[in-house]
Amino acid sequence: MKRLIAPFLAVLALAGPALAVLPSEQLSNPKLEARARKIGAELRCLVCQNETIDESEAPLAGDLRVLLRQRLLAGDSDQQAIAYIVARYGHFVLLKPPFEADTLILWLGPFLVLVLGGLGVAAMTRTRATPDMQPPPSLTPEEEAALARRLEADRVS
Amino acid sequence: MRRLIFLAPLLLLAVVVAGFALGLRRDPSLLPSTLIGKPLPRFSLPPVDPKAPGLATADMIGGGPRLLNVFGSWCVSCRYEHPVLMALKSQGVAIDGLDWRDTRADATRFLAAEGNPYERIGDDEAGHAVIDLGVAAAPETFVVDRQGRVRYKQVGPITPEVWTATIAPLMARLKSE
Repeated sequence: MKRLIAPFLAVLALAGPALAVLPSEQLSNPKLEARARKIGAELRCLVCQNETIDESEAPLAGDLRVLLRQRLLAGDSDQQAIAYIVARYGHFVLLKPPFEADTLILWLGPFLVLVLGGLGVAAMTRTRATPDMQPPPSLTPEEEAALARRLEADRVS
Repeated sequence: MRRLIFLAPLLLLAVVVAGFALGLRRDPSLLPSTLIGKPLPRFSLPPVDPKAPGLATADMIGGGPRLLNVFGSWCVSCRYEHPVLMALKSQGVAIDGLDWRDTRADATRFLAAEGNPYERIGDDEAGHAVIDLGVAAAPETFVVDRQGRVRYKQVGPITPEVWTATIAPLMARLKSE
């Protein structure tokens, strides 16, 4: 059993998303193709909205892959090529949204929830802790006397 | 006062439910166009029918508000929308067409059978003009004003409801602009 685990993990590590990039779309220049793959993995297919354009079989995704490669061949930097597509389809095409005014809640929301939760936990622990923190009231003379009697009785027996 | 803190989770739930109630009603496939208020991107496309005119950006400037309808004979929603476009044509609305990823034979057959509501049709077989327009799926319709600027984009078919509620008032406003 143990001997099987390592090969299993190795095969699992090889598994990646199935890409739809067709051989006919790929650039002969491996450097440019690698850049196109990197950008393509960050762009959302507008048809199947949770796939990247590299993963999607939609014809529009294919057109966008070809267009992206044309931009790179024309000498665009990665930033320029991405800006070209964002100019047409808006920030929605970016799978990683930029940090801007209308995405603030997206980026800062989790931290806000964390802070609110932390405040809640702090408030709760404080209210629970207060009674315990007060020193216990000292014994009355009658209690002291009773205690002394008990202890005396224990010692005798 | 202390007791009220037990209402906090309930209140939070109410907020979350309200958020979902509003959020889930919105169609996530409706994307705002980046072109609103901007000039129509430049394109110059050959015709579908060799005897008819093709469509270039310049053809859409100066003629008053016009519609630019992205369609394809393969597109089911476009067939659903088609009778509405035919009715608009008979009302005198100027419509140009952009035939997306289609073959000329299929497009010609489609228009011969269903009628042709377009004044001009550009054949965008490669899909470049459509990408410049930021189109994600057919049909999409742009309202273009006299200066050739995009003023509105309808994602999905124009229904009679959409026409009377949104596009017709806008067209009337643009006409008097």
